[in-house]
Amino acid sequence: MTFKQLLAATCVAALGAGAQADGVKVGMITTLSGGGAGLGIDVRDGFLLAVKGNDDIELVIEDDQRKPDIAVQLADKMIQSEKVDVMTGIIWSNLAMAVVPAATAQGKFYLSPNAGPSALAGKGCHQNYFNVSWQNDAFSEAAGTALSGEAGKVFLMAPNYPAGQDIMAGFKRTFQGEIAAEVYTKLGQTDYAAEIAQMRASDADQIYFFLPGGMGISFMKQYAGSGVDKPVSGPAFSFDQGILGAIGDAAVGAKNTAHWSKDLDVPGNADFVEAFQAEYGRLPSIYAAQGFDTGLLLASAAAKADVDDADAFRAALKEADFQSVRGKFSFGANNHPVQDIYMREVIKEGDLVTNRIVGTAATDHSDPYAADCKL
Amino acid sequence: MQREAVLNTLVFLALPAVAVIALVLDEPFAITLATRAAILALAAVGLNLALGLGGLVSLGHAVFFGLGGYAMGILASHAQSYAPLDLGLFVIEGTKSMPVIWLTAVFVSALAALLIGLLALRTAGVYFIMITLAFGQMFYYFNISWPAYGGEDGLSIYVRNSFPGLNTLDPIQFFGLVFAVLAVVLLIMGRIERSPFGLALGTARQNAARAETVGLSPFHLRLVAFVISGAVTGLAGALFADLNRFVSPTMFSWQMSGEFIVFIVLGGIGRLFGPVVGACLFVLLEHLLSGVSEFWLIYLGAILLFVVLFARGGVIGALAGRGAHHG
Amino acid sequence: MTTLLLIEQVLNGLQSGIMLFLMAAGLTLIFGVMGLINLAHGSLYMIGAFAAAAVAGATGSFVLALGASLIAAAAAGAIIEIGVIRRLYERDHLDQVLATFALILILSEGTRWAFGSFPLYLDVPAALAGPVTLPGGIQYPAYRLLIIGVGLVIAVGLFLLIARTRIGIQIRAGESDREMIAALGVDISKLYTLIFALGAALAGLAGALVGAIQSVQVGMGEPVLILAFVVIVIGGIGSIKGALVGALLVGLTDTLGGVLLPLALSGVMDASAATSVGSALASMSIYILMALVLIFRPTGLYGTA
Repeated sequence: MTFKQLLAATCVAALGAGAQADGVKVGMITTLSGGGAGLGIDVRDGFLLAVKGNDDIELVIEDDQRKPDIAVQLADKMIQSEKVDVMTGIIWSNLAMAVVPAATAQGKFYLSPNAGPSALAGKGCHQNYFNVSWQNDAFSEAAGTALSGEAGKVFLMAPNYPAGQDIMAGFKRTFQGEIAAEVYTKLGQTDYAAEIAQMRASDADQIYFFLPGGMGISFMKQYAGSGVDKPVSGPAFSFDQGILGAIGDAAVGAKNTAHWSKDLDVPGNADFVEAFQAEYGRLPSIYAAQGFDTGLLLASAAAKADVDDADAFRAALKEADFQSVRGKFSFGANNHPVQDIYMREVIKEGDLVTNRIVGTAATDHSDPYAADCKL
Repeated sequence: MQREAVLNTLVFLALPAVAVIALVLDEPFAITLATRAAILALAAVGLNLALGLGGLVSLGHAVFFGLGGYAMGILASHAQSYAPLDLGLFVIEGTKSMPVIWLTAVFVSALAALLIGLLALRTAGVYFIMITLAFGQMFYYFNISWPAYGGEDGLSIYVRNSFPGLNTLDPIQFFGLVFAVLAVVLLIMGRIERSPFGLALGTARQNAARAETVGLSPFHLRLVAFVISGAVTGLAGALFADLNRFVSPTMFSWQMSGEFIVFIVLGGIGRLFGPVVGACLFVLLEHLLSGVSEFWLIYLGAILLFVVLFARGGVIGALAGRGAHHG
Repeated sequence: MTTLLLIEQVLNGLQSGIMLFLMAAGLTLIFGVMGLINLAHGSLYMIGAFAAAAVAGATGSFVLALGASLIAAAAAGAIIEIGVIRRLYERDHLDQVLATFALILILSEGTRWAFGSFPLYLDVPAALAGPVTLPGGIQYPAYRLLIIGVGLVIAVGLFLLIARTRIGIQIRAGESDREMIAALGVDISKLYTLIFALGAALAGLAGALVGAIQSVQVGMGEPVLILAFVVIVIGGIGSIKGALVGALLVGLTDTLGGVLLPLALSGVMDASAATSVGSALASMSIYILMALVLIFRPTGLYGTA
């Protein structure tokens, strides 16, 4: 219901914008059906909350079903038929790789509310591509730095696909210490008994893993039942609000790195958490926060410049003149974020399993691929 | 039959009609949709030779679709980076020329179909469905974890490949090219169906024992059909990659193989134009329904279920069947 | 690798095989008796897991949750059989594949509509939460031992049901000659509904049992469905014994392949390439196994043509 009301509000706003002729038309391609829909819905809802009541922004939303060929087709539709100015919304690296290069080559702006494949941060960077979330390696690079101080060998585990290999590479890039073992699992694997047995047998002192979504839920539940008591940590994707409820107590105590947390004490964040909860009846996740920031960034640029003047609009985006719910936020030379990354711990607040910040893992973190980017 | 021929002509002309109207109204996206429908139809026309005429329910045709796609992706990416592809024994230059890419795609997928067919055709019925699915899954997982050409991220080709005398970047010219390929393949498939080979293949499907008594080898007939079928689907894969300017392992997924079967059954099994009707209808439904609701896949499922349960013979069967009563 | 670790990994492989058997048993039963390929079997698995999660959330009782999974999946199975499936028995495999593929779309998105897009919470009961120490000093999760136990009980129960009971006689008769049992005065459509509901209940129970240590989410049924098909095809379609042997083979190949292949390759290439190539091969291993079995035995290990 609330979504329909929001959509109606956006449509009304769109009509108003049409009259003014200087509005920004935005095409959002995101995952709204099937297994990975939770992330896309969070990004969409966060974005809608940020642009609620904004007359400058007209929004078209489409569902990519998490299929690259559908995403490409929708991008063609957005560009050829809807004639949008700005695109956003894609959740997955492989879909981003399919859509973003073609969209930016056709002069459209793309704001990434999630996912930052290394190819788009380095050689493949583009002046019209702005990443408002993170470069794929960012959380694990920060974790590598943070864990270096603590003594011990680390056991690494990730699914065997490019994002998994990137994230482990990020960890190894900054981690000063010994790697006990490095295990790659099947993408979509649901049973981790064999890997847990390897962890028990190895001489590692702690576990660092990247298993997004359902894979992480399965692993954490099985790990808790196994009696292995080595501390675990990972990037926030396995410990985010959308899935913590499904892991339950098994996740309590796990450390994870993220650029945002609901208890982050920066101006506007408490209001965002409260407004999101009031609007949708659930707590926001990092994806919702990224969607919200993407909406704010777009609104800030739309207020400053006419999107038809691409250079002015690009400059307005680059300024990143908005109050991010992450606090400090600016763009580096390759239009990727420079931001603080925090260490969070999973805790229980009454019956609710959630995260709290326990420290800063990296300050003003930027990605290592910027050097390859010729902007 | 008369009515079906009229229907076939109408359907076949509908695709270019949509494209031309879209051109006049300046709706390039409708041309893209028509191109997508034509390419998916081509893939299913390939499968239809094995499935409709040969009775071989392959749930692994995405292998050939994916191989065709990667033939394009790998050749074009090597052309893009000016680094020749070193295969150890010999070195291949990358290319951006569609005819060369098409030949490669056809050759590679025919070879794969020959090898898979040699093994898979030892089984029949459900076991054949499942062994083709197994080969599909092997290729799928291999491509996800093979880093050289992008793994799960896939491979982007920034500019569409070229065809002599055409500007393939122009949607209508690319559509024309795809449509011409589809028309030629349909013509060849029609010939094959009526040829002694096609008749023998049909006999082997209906009654393998009878085929053997007249000296035909069902195994060899099916193998030839499977290879031609794989080659055509591979060609469609190369075109699909060029439409999206992108290839990824999802081209190898079992859902893709499932969709080809859906096109054939939706349109009407064993009919030359069945896959064309099915693919057009599916693309149209996907396009219209996804705007209706977040839960649009429920409606799609319900429509498919209805067609299977109540419209036997698919859409063409339903329409042409009614005609038979009048005439 | 130590012997102890190897034994533990073999145990893991067996246990993963038992989990697959729970799923595959219903699938092979339905195929054997009615000759139906049911792609929607994975959706029944998902329905069982969601019903269990909902009831466990409301009552806090794991036993009630398991009961709910059985009832919900059996009820859904019966409704589907009466509404859709019984029109498909006389059709060819192609129509069956397509109709049950359509059912997957409807059931998956219907579940998402009812329960939302986020994974649900379902945990193992507190009494079985930790590990137990096995002879030889292997620490093994108690809950996984429960799964092994339940799987074996169900395997024995199914053998007895088919070998010793009146329904079993009807099932065997139905497999060999359908007209025959109709002539004997058995209400064949009631029998089919019953068998379908039984198969569905087994899938639902598997979903609830496995859901407690995995993720209860929309789409959880499809990967398991493919594995279950691999299992029954290796075993020979329609054979409960074949399903059990096939499930154990697949479980062992999958588990040991993932562990041993990277280890074996590290002898011939550097460590990171070995893990990457090894795990790529491991994810293909069960499909290679299946292709090999079918090439040498085109109707599976225990199948009849």
